[in-house]
Amino acid sequence: MDQKIVLEASGISKSFPGVKALSNVSFALRKGEIHALMGENGAGKSTLIKVLTGVHERDEGEIRLSGRVISPKSPQEAQALGISTVYQEVNLCPNLTVAENIFIGRHPRKRGLIDWETMNRESERLLDRLELDVDVRQPLSHYSVAVQQMVAIARAVDISNGILILDEPTSSLDASEVSSLFKVMRKLKQEGLGIVFVTHFLDQVYEVTDRITVLRNGEYVGTYETEQLTKTELVSHMIGREWNETDAKAGAAKEIPTGGEIFLTAGSLGKRGSLHPIDLHIRKGEVLGLAGLLGSGRTELAKLIFGIDKADEGTLTISGEQLADMYPQKAIQKGLGFTPEDRKVAGIVGELTIRENIVLALQARKGLFSYIPLRKQKEITQHYIDLLRIKTPSGEQKIDNLSGGNQQKVILARWLATQPKLLILDEPTRGIDVGSKAEIRKLILDLAATGISILIISAELEEIVQCASRIIVLRDRIKIGEVSGESMRENVIMEMIAKGAEVYGDSDGIGA
Amino acid sequence: MRSLTSKISHNNIIVLATLLLLLVLYGSGAALYTGFFSLQVFLNLFIDNAYLIIVATGMAFVIIKGGIDLSVASVVALISMVSAALFRQGASAVIVILASLAIGTLFGFGQGYLIQRFRLHPWIVTLAGMFLARGISFMISTESIVIDNPTFVMLSQHKIYVWEDGFINVSVIIAAIVVVLAILAARYSAFGRAVYAIGGNEKSALLMGLPVAKTTILVYTLSGLFSAVGGIVFTLYMLSGYSLHLMGMEMDAIAACVIGGILLTGGFGYLIGPTLGVLCTGIIQTIIMFQGTLSSWWTKITIGFLLFLFMAFQRLIVMRKEKSTIPISKNQPKFENKVVNL
Amino acid sequence: MAILTALAHRLVKQKLIWPLLAIAALFLFNLIVIPEFYRMEWKDGHLYGNLIDILKNGSPLIIIAIGMTLVIAKEGIDISVGSVLAISGALAVMLLDSYPLWAVIGAGLTVGLLCGLWNGMLVALLGIQPMVATLILLTIGRGIAQLITGGQVLTTSDEAFQFIGKGHLLGLPFPIFIALGVFLLTYLFKTRTAFGLFLEAAGGNKTASAYAGIRPKVIFMTAYAITGVCAGIAGIIISSNVASADANNAGLWIELDAILAVVIGGTSMRGGRFYLGGTIAGTLFIQALTTSIYSLGVEPSSILLVKAIVVIIVCLIQSDVFRQSFILSKKKVAQR
Repeated sequence: MDQKIVLEASGISKSFPGVKALSNVSFALRKGEIHALMGENGAGKSTLIKVLTGVHERDEGEIRLSGRVISPKSPQEAQALGISTVYQEVNLCPNLTVAENIFIGRHPRKRGLIDWETMNRESERLLDRLELDVDVRQPLSHYSVAVQQMVAIARAVDISNGILILDEPTSSLDASEVSSLFKVMRKLKQEGLGIVFVTHFLDQVYEVTDRITVLRNGEYVGTYETEQLTKTELVSHMIGREWNETDAKAGAAKEIPTGGEIFLTAGSLGKRGSLHPIDLHIRKGEVLGLAGLLGSGRTELAKLIFGIDKADEGTLTISGEQLADMYPQKAIQKGLGFTPEDRKVAGIVGELTIRENIVLALQARKGLFSYIPLRKQKEITQHYIDLLRIKTPSGEQKIDNLSGGNQQKVILARWLATQPKLLILDEPTRGIDVGSKAEIRKLILDLAATGISILIISAELEEIVQCASRIIVLRDRIKIGEVSGESMRENVIMEMIAKGAEVYGDSDGIGA
Repeated sequence: MRSLTSKISHNNIIVLATLLLLLVLYGSGAALYTGFFSLQVFLNLFIDNAYLIIVATGMAFVIIKGGIDLSVASVVALISMVSAALFRQGASAVIVILASLAIGTLFGFGQGYLIQRFRLHPWIVTLAGMFLARGISFMISTESIVIDNPTFVMLSQHKIYVWEDGFINVSVIIAAIVVVLAILAARYSAFGRAVYAIGGNEKSALLMGLPVAKTTILVYTLSGLFSAVGGIVFTLYMLSGYSLHLMGMEMDAIAACVIGGILLTGGFGYLIGPTLGVLCTGIIQTIIMFQGTLSSWWTKITIGFLLFLFMAFQRLIVMRKEKSTIPISKNQPKFENKVVNL
Repeated sequence: MAILTALAHRLVKQKLIWPLLAIAALFLFNLIVIPEFYRMEWKDGHLYGNLIDILKNGSPLIIIAIGMTLVIAKEGIDISVGSVLAISGALAVMLLDSYPLWAVIGAGLTVGLLCGLWNGMLVALLGIQPMVATLILLTIGRGIAQLITGGQVLTTSDEAFQFIGKGHLLGLPFPIFIALGVFLLTYLFKTRTAFGLFLEAAGGNKTASAYAGIRPKVIFMTAYAITGVCAGIAGIIISSNVASADANNAGLWIELDAILAVVIGGTSMRGGRFYLGGTIAGTLFIQALTTSIYSLGVEPSSILLVKAIVVIIVCLIQSDVFRQSFILSKKKVAQR
């Protein structure tokens, strides 16, 4: 392999007010390699990428492009230098055509005017190279996220001059799309491109990369040859502690509370285009898990039950009463609570205090005019701060100032304050630190022990196996089976998700 | 059928609706009132509204970029006032025109700079701009000043015959040039495309390396310049300077953009739209004039009603689009890879 | 973290301090330059003077700005208040010939409420941008007002009606009491019911509040409805004060003053937290500025110019970017 270093960052530091995002981080990209950049949330991956691409200016350190010191001050400059980036969210303009999204900022021209014909032709040629068959004259918004992502890559490849940065490009692609992306990446690598690949998916790292650089808490941990690093070592570098195999298995065998009365039953509950009719029931004090990939219908099901989306068929029965139609206010009246997967967007109200965030749902249930006196509000707040061990000097802090884990606890407190009978937790530990994760998982089990039913959704099989006493597996918006007891193991569920309908016939056997 | 519906994007639907409205309005005017269907009545639409076409076209760029400019009417009034004052001082027409263009451009640049550099709300900044321009006009004089500069009077009265005895004037030519240039700039210049890109998604535009800051400032500068050109044309039309000229005209310009199919959320619309929008409101005014007994405030009510219709229409299209484009929406299936390891 | 708390507290307080400081500076300036500004007179059992004038003339603006505070807290805006005010005033004066006073007032308030609900419907239900949605009523409203007045300035000689705008109570002009009443009612509505919490939550994060069981649409409708009623009250006061209804000029540009007052008062145009007290201080500052300019003998036409400059300065001071680049500030600045 060509060992020539095309991009080298050394001693990079970057602070934001109150946070040291990067300190003394180094990174080197060789010509013709795919280099993974790994780390947990908050490790500094995206800050490093942003420094490299000129979104942020570095405080200290040096970036060399083919040996020459550069300091890009904007993505524009970075692009002009030949460093192009594809971000996780598709950063294109949905209102422009596919072709224009590839060429905007560097349109081909004829007599000073933009030459749309040439642009369309060139775009078609480029997308052909990525084996993508789309009408380049259509607005980008006509196409799926996967296609949009590929268009972004096409643009980046065309601009790039030896360096391509892919910042979590695969998070919204399906398996076949990922493999075609990898094909393209390998081809580009053969052509001599240096590719920085940021991802969370360990399998993908081992499938496609040559080297791995690990960051942790804004610090450089090390750079390793992929072949010589085991997954366990990689994980322990990332989380900064020895990986304990028994951790993951703990709590796997739990009793199924079959004796408890049934709290909620969904009969053929479904919504066209989002969820095939599904049957489920939840007993009092039971933790029911929903497993499946993103888009499998897990969040959609939760939203139907909580009444955020309207079901167009099926029935919903709570405590023996069949409900004609469901909406959040009613769900809350019936004793339901819902912590959404996207905390920032649908969970917290960032500008308000912890107290206000906690009493919100309770007050909403009581209505506009039965205002909870301030003193009572403070009591409730303090109670939950103590109970959930929310780390804050006072309940009058802005919730924005808390860490992700503590914010999640506040949202939990919001629902606990309403004394719910069923809590729907959609990805309760996503994007929060390891310590808080463990705490929240324990809390879930404690709550169930007090008789609250819990419906937990998680992409982390380990978490769901650890918490739930019964798991419903979803795939492609269909319930493909149910597991509990001995068969409730990560590999069983994975197999069900991977093989889907084929396993469906057997799953009764697994569940029994 | 599928290919047909996909070709009529919502961009086109609104413009088609505007054209249809234009035909219906014009047709009903022609059917109801004798003398309505004459060439000169039609040409007068352009003569009477040339300034508004120019100003609305400038506004269109701002709206497509995702902003707003409330100062346009005040800038037009300011230009009329400055022109009148300069003429009274004995300045020549050339100087007056150059000064007007410079004032408009600088004014727009200032607003754009404040909005971009300090991330201020365009609403507030251009509102202040509106106060400022009117305030300066008031300072110059609170009275109306008549303009008798021979060049301006000549330009104002010069008739250009287009067909037999139907005529237009210099202002219409200027407006036509401005609109054609705007259409070309929007479609065929890097600046124009950047405006659309920023209106579509500003963050993306930034990350794609487009000169967002420069474009934003330029858009407001352009709006200022167009207001100045509109101001000159309006001054030719009125031959007077008055600080209370065109109170509330910024709303007419916005209305023209909306009726002309420019989405207020930014990113969509054709630059011919404002002209069509202005013609619609112009025809309504003409109809009310021909009708004779209806008072002028019916114009306001009708335009407001049209504004409502078109806005509701825009919303419906956007809502339908949000529902139909499958993968953009969060509720719809996406695929994710296994996250079992961590 | 304790320092952060203290800082946060200080910042909240600062919101009110800014407009108060501005007023203080203005008054100090007046004290030196035009001492007669402060002269008060007791005549026929009524108090007169510039300070009283500020309160009296500022009353309609205070009432409208209170409503505006609520819609701005929802990250909205209502630019139609001036037109709604004109409609309500015109309707009141027109009905005065044939109906009793209470019905007239009721009609004025009802039309304000209807206009508010219309705006609320466009914004909350149809999801049209607030500025644009209220633009419709701004345009149509004056037309409707003119329709009511028949294009003329309607006058009235009804003494009971004129008391609303011109009368005195306890030696003070009556509008002051109306403004005070509106403020107290709104303040109680904010602090004694969950409305304040719901509005701040929904204005801060609509999705999250909907998930928590609040109905943002209802809250937003309420905010617009209140604003409409406020405009209706202001319309009656203004038309009563001048004993006439002028469809063209009544409340012209008052929406701009109201927005300015709210922003000076510390409520952010981005929605969320709102400060009624700040709004009052902001309004008083604007009114004091206007009155001072008049008594300085400067041409009234320059008021617009001064206001424009004040708007820019206030916005610049509130701009994070500006403070970061020109004033050393420890406040966290959103990274872009």
